[in-house]
Amino acid sequence: MLNVTNISVTFNEGTLDEKKALNGIELEMAAGDFVTVIGSNGAGKSTLMNVVSGNILPDAGDVIIGGKQVVHLPEYKRSAFIGRVFQDPMAGTAPSMTIEENLAMAYSRDKKRRLKFGVTKKRKDMFRDYLKTLNLGLEDRLSAKVGLLSGGERQALSLLMATFTNPNILLLDEHTAALDPSRAELITSLTEKVVRESGLTTLMVTHNMQQALDLGNRLIMMDKGQIIFEANGEEKERLTVKDLLQEFQRIRGEQFEDDRAVLG
Amino acid sequence: MFISMFGAVESGVIYAIMALGVYLTFRVLDFPDLTVDGSFVTGASVAALSIVNGVPPILATLFALLAGFLAGCITGLLHTKGKVNALLSGILMMTALYSINLRILGQPTLSMLHETTIFKQLGSFWSVTGIDNALNSLLGVFGLDRLPSTWAILTVMAVVTVIIKLVTDFYLKTEVGLALRAIGDNKRMIRSLSANTDNLTIVGVGLSNGLVALSGALIGQLGGFADVNMGIGMIVIGLASVIIGEALFGTKTIARATLAVIGGAIIYRIIVTLALRVDFLETGDMKFITAAIVIIALVAPKVHQVQREKKRRIQKRKQLGGDSHA
Ligand SMILES: Nc1ncnc2c1ncn2[C@@H]1O[C@H](COP(=O)(O)OP(=O)(O)OP(=O)(O)O)[C@@H](O)[C@H]1O
Ligand SMILES: [Mg+2]
Repeated sequence: MLNVTNISVTFNEGTLDEKKALNGIELEMAAGDFVTVIGSNGAGKSTLMNVVSGNILPDAGDVIIGGKQVVHLPEYKRSAFIGRVFQDPMAGTAPSMTIEENLAMAYSRDKKRRLKFGVTKKRKDMFRDYLKTLNLGLEDRLSAKVGLLSGGERQALSLLMATFTNPNILLLDEHTAALDPSRAELITSLTEKVVRESGLTTLMVTHNMQQALDLGNRLIMMDKGQIIFEANGEEKERLTVKDLLQEFQRIRGEQFEDDRAVLG
Repeated sequence: MFISMFGAVESGVIYAIMALGVYLTFRVLDFPDLTVDGSFVTGASVAALSIVNGVPPILATLFALLAGFLAGCITGLLHTKGKVNALLSGILMMTALYSINLRILGQPTLSMLHETTIFKQLGSFWSVTGIDNALNSLLGVFGLDRLPSTWAILTVMAVVTVIIKLVTDFYLKTEVGLALRAIGDNKRMIRSLSANTDNLTIVGVGLSNGLVALSGALIGQLGGFADVNMGIGMIVIGLASVIIGEALFGTKTIARATLAVIGGAIIYRIIVTLALRVDFLETGDMKFITAAIVIIALVAPKVHQVQREKKRRIQKRKQLGGDSHA
């Protein structure tokens, strides 16, 4: 479904600030694969997501989705078949618009936007059914402004908006990191449920190693712009947080720098 | 007094179309578009030139709308594709339009006094209905001696403005319109939902200036001339209308907000009319007053908020046992 080959990204090339953020990344994901991505700060995880989403044009390499080369396709076109949830709960929804209007905008993702009412009776019923799956009571607040929702509720809505049109690829970049533990737990379980039920091909960045182990069928560890470790299927099932830390130390010969990861 | 109030409402209803345009950019797109000062005159100029050259007034007015739309699109292009700062792209376009407007007019002022304008046509059609007599005799009962010469303009323009409002309301609720509103609310999100924000912005700024130019064309025909300087400060007037309307009538829904903008435009004209009756004020002072209204409307809520927060803190400190140095 997603083929990322030999991707390199350098920021500020030729200046003192030159930074090689990605260095020859190779990643192949079959339809329905759920890959969790871990790695220290600055490892290049977000940059990889931005390359897949079309936010950043890589210096080299291809991005192939469903057999189609999309590396030159601008972000807004690519997002017809890529769903995305950001770390910031405020980023994925429009605060001064209502829940139903936000959902209507997401519903138009893979269709041509026309001069017809975005929110119709039929769509409202559909939105209500989708919202019920969140179990947050949002189905009774269709015409409430999204700005009134809590961060967790907004992130749950963002997740729904990113997934309910069944995009080819789902990108999650630390989408639970800005929430308190109980809400993060809620979003994590919703993510697990949505991805399982719709069989979405998913790439999820997290700093929480336990979360990276609990979710998905594959795991990759990134450092300094490279994928330094990979575990699939049963091999991943058997992994523990301790294994991951040891693995990192063995490959890089240094301590995993991120305290958050250890505590998580 | 009644006559001048009548005139204020009459022109207010026409200026409301301009205010709706300003609402589209400032509020919906969150794009502070200063093209308005130029495109308002472009509208008046294109209409005047067309009419003087024998184009039917209704067509001339539509030309004006189109010209404003194009001007707005160019501002939008400058900002989105040219990556020019929003304020600057409007200022550049406004400046360029000044010269263009002068070219269109061929002289600083073009008179339409001896031409058939849309309102003269309307008047001759209207007089057959006898509505004026009926309404004026009704008013005569109240002992008003000086009565409006025609109700045609007010009535028809009110209908036109309301139709434009309803179309705007509809547009902003369509799939395209939702995406347009999201640009002003959360641009990054709507891009991640596969909307071409550049094109939407260009069209949005275009539509806004189309309305502004339409308003300019109608104001020009109402006054019987187009003048290259008639747009100076128009953007501030538009803003004042939007802000006054929002403050008085609320913004709970789109339909409410657009109605508020129309109300704001009319009230603004009434304020101007009243201010001009004050002895020590001159016509030239109006721009200052308008700017003052906008400044107060922008600053007052913030100051109020800060004050309230401060008061709350002081109260809380007192509750917690007071300051030891007090
Ligand atoms: N727009 C940019 N301009 C310059 N440098 C950048 C830019 N974006 C990212 N970088 C640099 O590229 C490197 C990789 O950044 P990236 O955001 O991908 O890391 P990350 O793995 O997501 O880290 P984190 O865990 O902190 O989110 C970092 O060193 C970062 O400073
Ligand atoms: Mg990151």
